[in-house]
Amino acid sequence: MTLQEAKFEYLLRLGDSSLIIGHRLSEWCGHGPILEEDIALINIALDFVGNATSILAYAGQVEGKGRNEDDLAFMRGEREFRNLLITEQPNGDYANTIARQFLFDTYMFYLYEELKSSKDETIAAIAVKSHKEITYHLRHTSEWMLRLGDGTVESHERLQNGLNDLWMFTSEMFDMDEVDAVLIKDGIVPDLNKIKASWEKRVHEVLAEATLQIPTTTFKQKGSKEGKHTEHLGFLLAEMQYVHRAYPGAKW
Amino acid sequence: MNTKEYSSEQIFKLLSEIPDPEIPVINIIELGILREVKFVDEVCVVVITPTYTGCPAMKVIEDDIKIKLKEIGIDKVKVELVLSPAWTTDWISDTAKEKLRAYGIAPPDHTSVDKKVLLGKARDLKCPLCGSKNTEMISQFGSTACKALYRCLDCKEPFDYFKCL
Ligand SMILES: [Zn+2]
Repeated sequence: MTLQEAKFEYLLRLGDSSLIIGHRLSEWCGHGPILEEDIALINIALDFVGNATSILAYAGQVEGKGRNEDDLAFMRGEREFRNLLITEQPNGDYANTIARQFLFDTYMFYLYEELKSSKDETIAAIAVKSHKEITYHLRHTSEWMLRLGDGTVESHERLQNGLNDLWMFTSEMFDMDEVDAVLIKDGIVPDLNKIKASWEKRVHEVLAEATLQIPTTTFKQKGSKEGKHTEHLGFLLAEMQYVHRAYPGAKW
Repeated sequence: MNTKEYSSEQIFKLLSEIPDPEIPVINIIELGILREVKFVDEVCVVVITPTYTGCPAMKVIEDDIKIKLKEIGIDKVKVELVLSPAWTTDWISDTAKEKLRAYGIAPPDHTSVDKKVLLGKARDLKCPLCGSKNTEMISQFGSTACKALYRCLDCKEPFDYFKCL
């Protein structure tokens, strides 16, 4: 695998995860439990879509086949997407969304912290910019973990259920393959084992403070890094890509 | 065309007339969005940087720049978006902060994202309307990506806070 191929693949993993979770969050628009949360989730969605735009634009340049960020976002099929499985999981109830977001935000927080010192200047620049935003996201979701976890019997139960359901999707966040190996060698991306240690520590701390249990699920669902997704991604893409595909090349 | 009649400094100054689309009391230089103007082979290159990566105002600003330059006869314009160095609220000038306050938006009071952000401690902010420090955060996320929502417990008015980044 060449450096260029590895870089393109890795950028799709980063960009697709941001794009898909951004889209999921945007589904809350007009449905948030309270107005402030509605606004918060959409603000966060916007940051993710912005991050995806920067990363996919760069992915297109790296690939060198003339594809831009829109081509990559709207003209690829399900098996060509590299987003983590957790990002495509349906919103469920609000506690479920918070659980998903907290697990992913924590991952992204530590990953982008490392990417800030990437030897690739563009990746480093995007990471510096995005890490500032992610810091606010993680604060927000951490606060909600505490409020719901250490809240009422009902909110605690819903959040615990959300965590239990999503837990099997967390291990693939830290899986590494040839793509990682090629890029780690050149100091472009971090070793995910390092991210895993920080992630576990923080997740365990927040769960303990929120009186939640660490899920005992040992089953690990993976596949996203080879484009194998859960049944939910296809439906999401159908909605997200419809207009672009129905009116190719349309200009506002 | 007319490009030779203007220096990049003059154009930079001219672009200071463009207000931020979401906070019209301050312009794109005061906000730190406009970074550089240069000429590359007769093309006027304007470099801007986004406040937040997904900021939808960037497209509007790009269009405003092109319209402004067209007015003085400059057609060959390229607006470049750069992410590095990353925009920070530290670039907002003191006069601009005063304008924000007068407009009813509490200006950023700290440098960059401070460590407290992760610990969830909201800071004591002064109400831009009555000056009271007896305020509380309603939401970390407000009407636009760059703002948080607060309320004053004395004059009872809600207000926006331009959060540190
Ligand atoms: Zn007041």
